Amino acid sequence: MEYLSLFVKSIFVDNMIFAYFLGMCSYLAVSKNVKTALGLGAAVTFVLLVTVPVNYLLENYVLKANALYETFQIEALENVDLSFLSFILFIAVIAGIVQIVEMAVEKFSPSLYASLGIFLPLIAVNCAIMGASLFMQQRHFEGIGEAVTYAFGSGIGWLIAIVALAAIREKLSYSNVPAPLRGLGITFITVGLMAMAFMCFSGLTI
Amino acid sequence: MELFSKKNKETFLTPLGLNNPVSVQVLGICSALAVTSKLEPALVMGLSVTIIVALANVVISLLRKTIPNRIRIIVQLVVVATLVTIVSQVLKAFAYDVSVQLSVYVGLIITNCILMGRLEAFAMQNGPWESFLDGVGSGLGYALILVIVGFFRELLGSGTLLNFRVIPECAYEYGYLNNGLMVLPPMALIIMACIIWYQRSKNPDLQEKNN
Repeated sequence: MEYLSLFVKSIFVDNMIFAYFLGMCSYLAVSKNVKTALGLGAAVTFVLLVTVPVNYLLENYVLKANALYETFQIEALENVDLSFLSFILFIAVIAGIVQIVEMAVEKFSPSLYASLGIFLPLIAVNCAIMGASLFMQQRHFEGIGEAVTYAFGSGIGWLIAIVALAAIREKLSYSNVPAPLRGLGITFITVGLMAMAFMCFSGLTI
Repeated sequence: MELFSKKNKETFLTPLGLNNPVSVQVLGICSALAVTSKLEPALVMGLSVTIIVALANVVISLLRKTIPNRIRIIVQLVVVATLVTIVSQVLKAFAYDVSVQLSVYVGLIITNCILMGRLEAFAMQNGPWESFLDGVGSGLGYALILVIVGFFRELLGSGTLLNFRVIPECAYEYGYLNNGLMVLPPMALIIMACIIWYQRSKNPDLQEKNN
């Protein structure tokens, strides 16, 4: 039940795009048609599901104050606090995993690779991925189950947001927008209105 | 070679206006929107990004001939991550309140597209001094947008600027109300849209043909 609540909360209340603006660059650039949007959304969800748990283990068994001592039980490691290294290690883990995922997908599912191919390498520098790991560090989840649930929920939230925007932009291409607002301007206003709509979920509990 | 030749001046000045990283190149939007509910974090964030872009540009430009092409992205990420770690530790030590307000967004400077964009597009091809100017220019262009958005959101949302009360108490007695929506996420996007609207109506060259 707790997991369900966390899941729903990370999709609707703490939505990556509408509440924290994470992954905005690719969100604005790749939301021109629904099919590619769906592909990118799926890729982001997938990479989140792999990286957040790995970073969770890294954080709790290596980086946290005294974690090294508790893991390895070596006297010399008592009171070692490596948390200042977390940025470098998280980004290294993300960049490495994205490479591995890319190779694995290419080997085992060429059709999926063909549809995700272009987006996968770009995901390493997507703020949503790094952001989820940093939020995981900040919120002190209890147990890896919560971290996985959070990662899956925020991935699905991102997917919903980008598919919804792509659908709106497809319809928008037929309308007559004032010239200075065309393209970027009207997209920002659309996202703003969508964010306002998503605000009605705040305070939602299950 | 002159330090401030015409070309260098152009490198420095175009990101502030016609080639602004946020409103024209659409880079680094995430943090630009998220930290601007008050002016102070917006200023600190703008400054931090300026320092990091400038230094990262110099480092990468010095290393550009020794970095193997295939692993350049990883090298760039490591340089940036190191600089971000330093800045984040400095902020935690000397400006703790602001670093709490900025929360995860300091760490997210690593994945800020402005950094990777400038490193790939400029520092890999140019010398250290040009790269430094380009980095400072891009950073300040980013900071400019942050400050404009932060100014309006704090003024209209809380009636203060840098935590000093600007709208007098008596205005509230006559029924003036702060617009609470301004401090919430959606208005950041809409103010951003207004800035783009203004800039593009002044410079028709920047307008896009399709929606």
